Amino acid sequence: MGFFEKISAGLKKTRDSLMGRLEDLAAGFTKVDEDFFDELEETLIMGDVGANVTMRIMDELRDRVRHAGITEPTEVIGQLREIITGLMGEESPLDLSTKPSVVLVIGVNGVGKTTTIGKMAAYLRGEGKQVLLAAADTFRAAAAEQLAVWADRAGAELIRHEEGSDPASVVFDAIHAGKSRGADVIICDTAGRLHNKKNLMDELSKIARVISRELPDAAVEVLLVLDATTGQNAISQARSFQEAAGITGIVLTKLDGTAKGGAVIGIREELGVPVKFIGVGEGIDDLRPFVPAEFAAALFEGQEL
Amino acid sequence: MAFEGLSGRLSEVFKKLKGRGKVKESDIKEVMREVRMALLEADVNYKVAKDFVASVSEKAMGSEVLESLTPAQQIIKIVNDELTELMGSTNARITFSSKIPTIIMMCGLQGAGKTTHCAKLSRYFKQSGKRPLLAACDVYRPAAIQQLQIVGEQAGVPVFEMGQGDPVEIARKAVLHARDYGNDILILDTAGRLHIDEELMDELRRIKEAVQPQEILLVIDAMTGQDAVNVAKSFDETLGIDGTILTKLDGDTRGGAALSVRAVTGKPIKFVGTGEKLDNLEPFYPDRMASRILGMGDVLTLIEKA
Ligand SMILES: Nc1nc2c(ncn2[C@@H]2O[C@H](COP(=O)(O)OP(=O)(O)OP(=O)(O)O)[C@@H](O)[C@H]2O)c(=O)[nH]1
Ligand SMILES: Nc1nc2c(ncn2[C@@H]2O[C@H](COP(=O)(O)OP(=O)(O)OP(=O)(O)O)[C@@H](O)[C@H]2O)c(=O)[nH]1
Ligand SMILES: [Mg+2]
Ligand SMILES: [Mg+2]
Repeated sequence: MGFFEKISAGLKKTRDSLMGRLEDLAAGFTKVDEDFFDELEETLIMGDVGANVTMRIMDELRDRVRHAGITEPTEVIGQLREIITGLMGEESPLDLSTKPSVVLVIGVNGVGKTTTIGKMAAYLRGEGKQVLLAAADTFRAAAAEQLAVWADRAGAELIRHEEGSDPASVVFDAIHAGKSRGADVIICDTAGRLHNKKNLMDELSKIARVISRELPDAAVEVLLVLDATTGQNAISQARSFQEAAGITGIVLTKLDGTAKGGAVIGIREELGVPVKFIGVGEGIDDLRPFVPAEFAAALFEGQEL
Repeated sequence: MAFEGLSGRLSEVFKKLKGRGKVKESDIKEVMREVRMALLEADVNYKVAKDFVASVSEKAMGSEVLESLTPAQQIIKIVNDELTELMGSTNARITFSSKIPTIIMMCGLQGAGKTTHCAKLSRYFKQSGKRPLLAACDVYRPAAIQQLQIVGEQAGVPVFEMGQGDPVEIARKAVLHARDYGNDILILDTAGRLHIDEELMDELRRIKEAVQPQEILLVIDAMTGQDAVNVAKSFDETLGIDGTILTKLDGDTRGGAALSVRAVTGKPIKFVGTGEKLDNLEPFYPDRMASRILGMGDVLTLIEKA
């Protein structure tokens, strides 16, 4: 089941009705007029694309429509999807080319970091890789216990220290354990932190430094986890985490809800960071590679207030 | 660019208006367009923003603004006053039951901050001389029970748990336990769930029927975007919530979701969460929230300049 279907199933709707929504929008209009553009604009803003980015997309759309002399509402929708798909770039797989390689998972509180790591570990195990998890969230209550449950489910190894210890030293230990045990991938969980807290962001920079110092030639992915339910604050998050740890990709979680995560369009535009995975549920199989075209289509399923 | 707030948006418009004395209806339209954009960038729901701007425009078209020599000040004052009004009042009161225990049930999406806020509330009540009990009704999330036990211990509040049993049964037994042990407040931690997950929403409904809580509080992340309205509406329709707790306000989000949630439920925002620590719990102040959504610190300077 693609994430598209999963969302539809969650909404007790079929893929047909999803297409139906687009068709409805087109069918409701006989000509391409301002009301029609307003309707499209509303759909984008309702998907958290943000007012500024939406205005830029709409400008481009109007240009295209004018230049190509488009008069059919369906064609306009096609153009809009093309623009958005283009903005989202290409599918972008993880670079795990070295042994070991490292995946550092970061983000604000409660977005789904630990769960994503559990799912990713299972996914990599499925490809026959040896996976080691580092419980570098030493702050949140029962964070290591939570990761231990996931390590168990996924069949991954776990390195943990006691609560309150230095997260960078957990990562350090995990790297050395990973090397000596021949792990293919080391995935580091970190505590949720709001991006405006300087000391916590410095702690992340320190973790990133430990990784590049201990494994200078390794492939390192730094994944920022964003909750699809988050609005425009996601952009501010991306900017700060980018500065502190240099993100290489985004995981967009909770897309099984009704929110569409449109804020990532602005992030892609501004920071050029690709979305690599999406989370579509709390189960171990609910992690998917990100497909731009599917995402663009899902955006159009606006929810009625 | 995305977070310049109302002041940044309005300063250009006001530069044009300045020195012209009276404003025309067409000027107000332009100003209101910027107000709407600012609200959207603060994550106020699209339809809520539209309604709000329509009603404020009407007021602004009133003669005082058009005749005023300081139209900018007048308009900003109207926008701010209306928004503050819509945010409700400072109302952190919890309804206490005449017989013990008073039951508070927490609910919300995954990761919103329910478990943390169960502990914060229990600490708050304990400090006011009550004897709270926490109950672990999240039987799904890995290590959810341990998490509640740890934060319960930090708050110095006992935790009732029955492992991974039936949440409805756990809630029911927790009530009996509270009565037996003289706990006057019982706070139920529930699992995070999507508002469209019928099965899990029904579970909440059954807990409600079984124990009849005095307070059902929706815990909502202040960073939530446009979808906040759907979430709030579903939880309210399913359960009839009594109020909300807005979490993670220690971030730099503008928090427009607060307005959306108020607008669709009409229920008070009772507390705000301002950090991960257990004492990071505050009452809700409508005027502060309004300024935050509008980027008002700057707006106030703008009034002086205008
Ligand atoms: N519906 C849904 N829930 C998810 C998804 N990913 C994670 N969750 C849930 O979101 C909640 C928070 O997930 P965690 O993995 O603990 O989030 P975290 O970022 O590690 O949280 P902190 O460590 O506290 O900052 C849990 O209840 C998860 O089950 C998803 O894709 N869909
Ligand atoms: N910065 C900040 N973090 C918070 C606040 N409230 C909760 N958190 C953090 O948010 C994350 C999720 O909090 P939880 O209390 O586990 O959320 P939950 O709603 O119980 O999550 P689930 O049970 O998985 O649905 C944790 O990392 C908390 O420390 C707050 O007001 N500010
Ligand atoms: Mg975590
Ligand atoms: Mg919880």
